Amino acid sequence: MHGNSDNILSAIRVEKGFPGTKALDKVDFHLRRGEVHALLGENGAGKSTLIKCLTGAYRRDGGSILLDGAEVDPRDTFDAQRLGIGTVYQEVNLLPNLTVAENLFLGRQPCRFGMTDTRTMNRKARELLAEYELDLDVTRDLASYSVAIQQVVAIARAVDLSGKVLILDEPTASLDAHEVAMLFRIVRRLKARGLGIIFITHFLEQVYEISDRITVLRNGQLVGTRETAELDRRELIAMMIGRELAAEIQSRHTPADEGRLRYRFRNYGRRGRIDPFDLDVRAGEVVGIAGLLGSGRTETAEVLFGAYRADSGTAEIDGRAVELSSPRAAIRQKFGFCPEDRKTAGIVGDLSVRENIVLALQARRGWTRPISRAEQNRLADHYIRALDIRTADREKPIKLLSGGNQQKAILARWLATEPEFLILDEPTRGIDVGAHAEIVRLIESLREKGMSLIVISSEIEELVAYSTRVVVLRDRAHVAELSGDRITAHEIVEAIAAATQGRAS
Amino acid sequence: MKFRKALASATILAACMFGSASAADLVVGFSQIGSESGWRAAETTLTKQQAEQRGIDLKFADAQQKQENQIKAIRSFIAQGVNAILLAPVVATGWDEVLQEAKDAEIPVILLDRTVDASKDLYLTAVTSDLVHEGSVAGKWLVDTVAGKPCNVVELQGTTGSSPAIDRKKGFEQALAGNDNLKIVRSQTGDFTRTKGKEVMESFLKAEDGGKNICALYAHNDDMAVGAIQAIKEAGLKPGKDILVVSIDAVPDIFQAMAAGEANATVELTPNMAGPAFDALDAYLKDGKEPPKWIQTESKLYTQADDPMKVYEEKKGLGY
Amino acid sequence: MTATVKTYLGRLLPQLIVLAAIVFAISMVFPGFLNLQIQNGRLYGSLIDILNRGAPVVLLAIGMTVVIATKGIDLSVGAVMAICGAVAASLITSGHSLLETLFATLAVGILCGIWNGFLVAVLDIQPIIATLVLMVAGRGIAQLITEGAILTFNDAGLIFVGSGSFGWLPMPVVIWLVFGVLVALLVRQTALGMLIEAIGVNRQASTLSGVLTPVLLVAAYVLSGLCAAIAGIIAAADIKGADANNAGLWLELDAILAVVVGGTSLLGGRFSIAASVLGAIIIQAINTGILLSGFPPEFNLIIKAAIIVFILVLQSPRFRSAFTFLQIPRAAGKPTEREAK
Repeated sequence: MHGNSDNILSAIRVEKGFPGTKALDKVDFHLRRGEVHALLGENGAGKSTLIKCLTGAYRRDGGSILLDGAEVDPRDTFDAQRLGIGTVYQEVNLLPNLTVAENLFLGRQPCRFGMTDTRTMNRKARELLAEYELDLDVTRDLASYSVAIQQVVAIARAVDLSGKVLILDEPTASLDAHEVAMLFRIVRRLKARGLGIIFITHFLEQVYEISDRITVLRNGQLVGTRETAELDRRELIAMMIGRELAAEIQSRHTPADEGRLRYRFRNYGRRGRIDPFDLDVRAGEVVGIAGLLGSGRTETAEVLFGAYRADSGTAEIDGRAVELSSPRAAIRQKFGFCPEDRKTAGIVGDLSVRENIVLALQARRGWTRPISRAEQNRLADHYIRALDIRTADREKPIKLLSGGNQQKAILARWLATEPEFLILDEPTRGIDVGAHAEIVRLIESLREKGMSLIVISSEIEELVAYSTRVVVLRDRAHVAELSGDRITAHEIVEAIAAATQGRAS
Repeated sequence: MKFRKALASATILAACMFGSASAADLVVGFSQIGSESGWRAAETTLTKQQAEQRGIDLKFADAQQKQENQIKAIRSFIAQGVNAILLAPVVATGWDEVLQEAKDAEIPVILLDRTVDASKDLYLTAVTSDLVHEGSVAGKWLVDTVAGKPCNVVELQGTTGSSPAIDRKKGFEQALAGNDNLKIVRSQTGDFTRTKGKEVMESFLKAEDGGKNICALYAHNDDMAVGAIQAIKEAGLKPGKDILVVSIDAVPDIFQAMAAGEANATVELTPNMAGPAFDALDAYLKDGKEPPKWIQTESKLYTQADDPMKVYEEKKGLGY
Repeated sequence: MTATVKTYLGRLLPQLIVLAAIVFAISMVFPGFLNLQIQNGRLYGSLIDILNRGAPVVLLAIGMTVVIATKGIDLSVGAVMAICGAVAASLITSGHSLLETLFATLAVGILCGIWNGFLVAVLDIQPIIATLVLMVAGRGIAQLITEGAILTFNDAGLIFVGSGSFGWLPMPVVIWLVFGVLVALLVRQTALGMLIEAIGVNRQASTLSGVLTPVLLVAAYVLSGLCAAIAGIIAAADIKGADANNAGLWLELDAILAVVVGGTSLLGGRFSIAASVLGAIIIQAINTGILLSGFPPEFNLIIKAAIIVFILVLQSPRFRSAFTFLQIPRAAGKPTEREAK
């Protein structure tokens, strides 16, 4: 098995421990020549740790790595690259303020007379990108291109540098369908050239579309490696989360007019961000917001929460007019807001899980009335247990937690303020299947307790599952509202599509 | 001493009365560096006073520490057709061209307080003090005062590497040479400031047996001496008696200290550079007498015997 | 309670070790270094000199710590010291009472802080640029007030602030001790500390969580201005005069260095006022040690730089992970967390 010449890269009984945890426990992993191999698992399962051991970013504690049958020991990522293992991360690790050509040849620019030979470099860059169906002005800054193009440039650089193994770590997380299709064409072409490709993602459809084999990790251990064609979706999820998620998400529609009307926004909007809209939200209701990226979903959330002050219209709560001029004002009205970009707007990375959980409550009480340490501990422990936030202890910096656990901690931050109106912007983006299901269940249970929620999501199936009403957005305006039996994936897609056609005509 | 002063002022008065005939119609341009220190401000004040006393029409230009401003000012003086130009140069180099222009226009240039790196025939004369000489005057006073008794000296240097610090140290050491009873036991920089002077003196006192081991302090400027005097007092010693204090510059505050018996002597760096300059100019214009290329100002020694309060009152108004 | 004391000591351990090492090294070179005696009703000795001479930088470091925790920096503190020294000297010489002078001077410091805070929090100018404005202009303002000369004064009350003593300790030491404890209590007994750290780590997330970001930012710069004002009064009172050209010159850099030596990251977030105070004392101990050593002054800056590089290397994460024995503070911190559970 080990000597199998089909395997371009093998990890044998690789071990890695961190204080208090065993991140990888004697994991075997084999990548064949010319295959796309999906590496799956919940966040914290050990995927990143395995990748980092393969690329030398971490020193492994035990086990061996074979490349082309020969044992290798990359000291760092450069060394790994030299050996033939290239990596492309979700957040492109190139320099946005350099040109495309400079990024491709950074550190190995063609030189003449000791000076960078820009013309040769640009020509070579164009030739290289032509292999990826890209015809770009390589003298422009990388930042002037879309994330998808940047991703391809990163792949082109990695493949050009290494050429045996390509590791793609969540490359599709911020791409739209067209871009994903383009990326996959490139991946297939590289596969045909005989590269071994490791593909990490949370999108299971993409796994089925592109991969040949799947390896699943759980809690630092190998669950198994299977041929993709022989593994059905339900079984895969079972492998990943270790339990049958009987119904991934159970659809259960509550009649929209059950609770009493609490929040009433009329002609509410802000010039340049979101056109004035009307919105009513009842107690015990989840209003889903659907639309393409850039349709004004996040802008709606921000204006409701006062992050950007509305410049038209009125807001009423229980029939009384309120000013939602700032987040503080909204919080005083018992609003809460989990922003889309968890890293830049949600977590306070260096602070502990405890401090992140009590932050909003403390901010509302004001600095002169500190929450006692005992009370903070009680609150943190309560939510760590209630939301099953997986952390070694409550004093761990939140940035060390996985995405799903960070998201739960931010939810806990708002739940601690006992909100009555909660806005969730993409609460399930970039988190693993297990946490995903738990957050969906949490939304359900908060609604049952009578809370009013606004949930923005790109995953239409998910919106269908928990929304009592769905608002559809297009071009920064609210264009359709669906309720009752009309909340189906088909209807939502139709509404968005109609909107898109409207834009095209 | 009093007599000498009186004589000096009488001479100035006489110069005003008799010299005024020839100087009355003189127009002199003065390009000053700026007003970065109290001494510089005093120099400006005294130059204006001297010009007024002699009936000279002084055109004053403040360069705000910029050479290009000084060059502009000199060109405008040439254009106005002044009779002479006083220049306190902000830097030493880069003057050849503009000095040549003045020479071509037959306008004599006199350098004040600092010299330039240019051919000597491009200017009439330079009036400056001699920093080494200042140090040796201070040193000589100390040698005479201790009169052969053994004496440990501590030295507060100016900013490390600056020419006053190097030269004042050199002059002092020259004066002490051959007097084995005097020994410089500690020497540290006090950056020419009061705060550092005080801090460094505190460490000297600790290092030298609470100050019992120190007989005299030599400071490269009065400000450091003023700071050090406070440190000596706070250590429970009497400055001026337990530890002799000699410094350089003769700024007003040191005279207060001398009046209180806390400082013993200071060597004047006179801000009156203009007086000798005008004298030389006068002689040159009237009799065509070429002055020497360097006129050294007097490095006058003041002690507690020179009625320090009176000097203080005189100096107070000069803008130090 | 003992658990918090333990974690607290754990945080300060590296600084305490460095300080002890420096004090030990100086006392090897200069045996009289540790001597303390009572003279003129106050403690007298090199150790007291360190605490006393360190007063301005300690005070600046207290304010600087809080500003740096917000991910800011205050370059103007040296100039604000000069302004406040000049204001104090000119008020006292023009016949105002000591109390009036002190309050007016502190008010000027607070005003300077409000100006910096306004530029940073309201106009959203980068702190390094915003405070550079006052750093450059401030010394000019101070020179205008003193008219370019050293403005001396003889008011016994004001002089007492700089060179008096209280309970055997020099006044500057008493002032920074009391002020430091007050500020530390203020930030840690209220929620200020945590909210400031949150702003420093992620301003946007904090604002969205309802933290009153602009007000807290202004407050941080006001504290820094207030610290600079107190330091300015002490510096002026120490030499009985306001020296607009030299008072507080380059001290902003010493204050920043003190914060860094104290282990607070310039990227904002976690901070410790006690550690910064220790950092300032470490820097002053180096200065005093150099003066006592009797080396020629040409070596002063080289020696200081070498020692500081050494301290920073000791603190660097790479060095710490390479030498586990320096991880004592972390190891000491861990069990206490478990006990608390």
